[in-house]
Amino acid sequence: MKFKTFIWFVGPSLFLMLLFIAAPLVSVFLDSFRITQPVVQTVETETCSAGFLQQTCTTTINTVPVIDEETGRVVTTTEWVGWLSYERVLEPRRAWDAIRSFDYNGLMQIDFWAALRFTVMFTLVTLPLVIGVGLAIALAVNNAAKSLRGPIIFVSLLPFIITPVIGSLSIYWLFVGDGILTRGLEAWLDRDIAMFAQAWTIELLMLFYRVWHVAPFAFVIFYAGLQTVNQDTLESAIIDGASRWDRLRYVIIPHLMPLIVFIALIHLMDSYRVFDEIVGFRAQAYVISLQWLTFDFLAADDAGNRAFSRASASAMLTMIGIVILLIPLLRRTWRDHKGGSH
Amino acid sequence: MFAKRLALAGAVSLAATAAYADGHATCSFENETEVTMLSAAFEAWVAVTDAMVACGNFEPELDQEFRTKQPEGFAANPSLYQLGGVSNGTITPLLNAGTIRPLDDLIEAYGENLTPNQLIQIDGQTMAVAMMVNTQHMMYRSDIFADLGLEIPTTWEDVLAAAAAIQEAGVVDYPLGATMASGWNLAQDFNNMFVGFGGTFVNDDNTPNVNSEAGLAALDMMMRMTEYMDPEFLVSDSTYVQQQFQQGRIAMANLWASRAAAMNNAEESQVVGLIATSAAPLAMEGGAPATTLWWDGIVVAANISDAEAENAFRLAMEGINPATVEAAPDAAIWLIPGYEPNDMSAGAIATATANPAPPSYPSTTQMGLMHTALGNELAAFFTGDVSAEEALAAVEASYTVAAQEAGLLE
Repeated sequence: MKFKTFIWFVGPSLFLMLLFIAAPLVSVFLDSFRITQPVVQTVETETCSAGFLQQTCTTTINTVPVIDEETGRVVTTTEWVGWLSYERVLEPRRAWDAIRSFDYNGLMQIDFWAALRFTVMFTLVTLPLVIGVGLAIALAVNNAAKSLRGPIIFVSLLPFIITPVIGSLSIYWLFVGDGILTRGLEAWLDRDIAMFAQAWTIELLMLFYRVWHVAPFAFVIFYAGLQTVNQDTLESAIIDGASRWDRLRYVIIPHLMPLIVFIALIHLMDSYRVFDEIVGFRAQAYVISLQWLTFDFLAADDAGNRAFSRASASAMLTMIGIVILLIPLLRRTWRDHKGGSH
Repeated sequence: MFAKRLALAGAVSLAATAAYADGHATCSFENETEVTMLSAAFEAWVAVTDAMVACGNFEPELDQEFRTKQPEGFAANPSLYQLGGVSNGTITPLLNAGTIRPLDDLIEAYGENLTPNQLIQIDGQTMAVAMMVNTQHMMYRSDIFADLGLEIPTTWEDVLAAAAAIQEAGVVDYPLGATMASGWNLAQDFNNMFVGFGGTFVNDDNTPNVNSEAGLAALDMMMRMTEYMDPEFLVSDSTYVQQQFQQGRIAMANLWASRAAAMNNAEESQVVGLIATSAAPLAMEGGAPATTLWWDGIVVAANISDAEAENAFRLAMEGINPATVEAAPDAAIWLIPGYEPNDMSAGAIATATANPAPPSYPSTTQMGLMHTALGNELAAFFTGDVSAEEALAAVEASYTVAAQEAGLLE
């Protein structure tokens, strides 16, 4: 293809990618190195507020932002602060002290490291489960009678259709307090159960929910892949005396390998940004994720301030984490790609 | 048969809705322009906005997440909402950003029903009109207390003793409930106990002051409370505690006065007539009740035209006039003329009139930052990950960073 034609084809998408991916990324990158803060003044204010019977007035020294008379907006200053926001997020000195003295609990008291611990654990545990369960459903459907396939596919796809935050809320309501499933478990095991009173049960529910939610996606891809397995190879394998397991191991899985890598890539990117589960399960007292940490910095506090700078730093760190996780898979794809072009 | 019954039920509910609307169709002011309002979602706001809807062209948005939506909504130009429902906690960001307007002229013109007590004044300018007061106070199952021959607790030590007796008797799942959901609620419960032990949150130079004797005493008391509570207390917000009461699962809690009316709502409560209220317990002898006083009221956006503001204010006055109190006398402890205290408000009144009286929740930037820091860091103490000292040190560290970013500290 001529270079000019090529540019005409990819130009629009390149432009949109620059506008919507590269530009925001650069702006977040810059924001993580500067802090915008309001200019404040200390004033003595008399506040009269409603009491039950009569007004009560108190005079307090209050620090309030200066408001520009003309525009009606708060006056702010922006400063370049170097790595300050990263230091505030990572707390390297405290973290290093904790690591040096083998104080795991101390390290987990720093939000970022606690979030990183959960996020990485969540990503790495759900990955094999999603691929395994997806493949198992695909094989089961592929071996089911033709007349049953349609309904089975439909039912297995349902979890994937549900909006993640709604799905996690449903699980939360099934288990919180005297939820219907907690009641059921209590009756069955004959003991008091509180699923949201300790971290490990919450994490277990989150893992379960994510696998339940994403496995159908893996299933659909694998099912499509199974339709392209070379039947001749399979038949000759049967003639050679290969068992069902051997056929899976030496014929089907190698054939599906590119798809497994593809699903692993997508899943790593998705689950490293785990967020809905934390919000849906109201889990922030016990478990937080990196994406939730960024959200928490961005959310206005009770004085109306947002920690944009720390949020930017935390977002950049999340991105770096995803890239590190993806490197082995990307290297493999790159190698295959190069090998294929010979 | 089933379809017929369903149709009948539909007809009945339609009739009920019509009757309900009739009861509120008393608006004396025909509203011509579109007005929107964002407020919290508890019963008092439902009553007020219902009255305003009767005037036409009014769209209320009742949302418990209003706290996070309001500052941005009002900062837009023109403002996304003409009216806002705020409390002394949530007015702070609006005051700081200057997105609400002084109301003195409008009150002079249209506020003939207002009493001086309803005017929230900052340096002599009225920035909000309060309609009700709110506080967290003791609610308890009077039947259980009578059956077991227990005294009504006046201090938190009494509460724990009563909780132990109720636990012993095994009449409810958990003797005690508390609004200790991590985040805002947990921080507010700490605030109550902290002021009860005589603590002050910040020093005059804006440095934090919670890692103190009062702070340790407050955390210790709260930890002792959790022994008698549902182990899932870190997800237990006001609605959760209200439902625990309504379903007969707890026997007492220090809960918002605005939730009292729901206890006698026969549609959702199994304990109608069994809940009584009393003053918030003392944390220490001779101290004030361990709670803070709140008001809820209406503000008008700054980023709208004067004509719109005038119209919106007149509509708001329809919402908080005596007719609303008449329609929903038990929904709140109204500041509006015509309110008669009932049995359920006894606890709030006893709390507010105690001597020494509990402080009002301060509407300051420092308090806003401190509240958020407390909400984020205290949960680790209740999950058992850190000691009380470590948790309070973490609160102070978190407050300090936030205060530095907000320009309050160097």
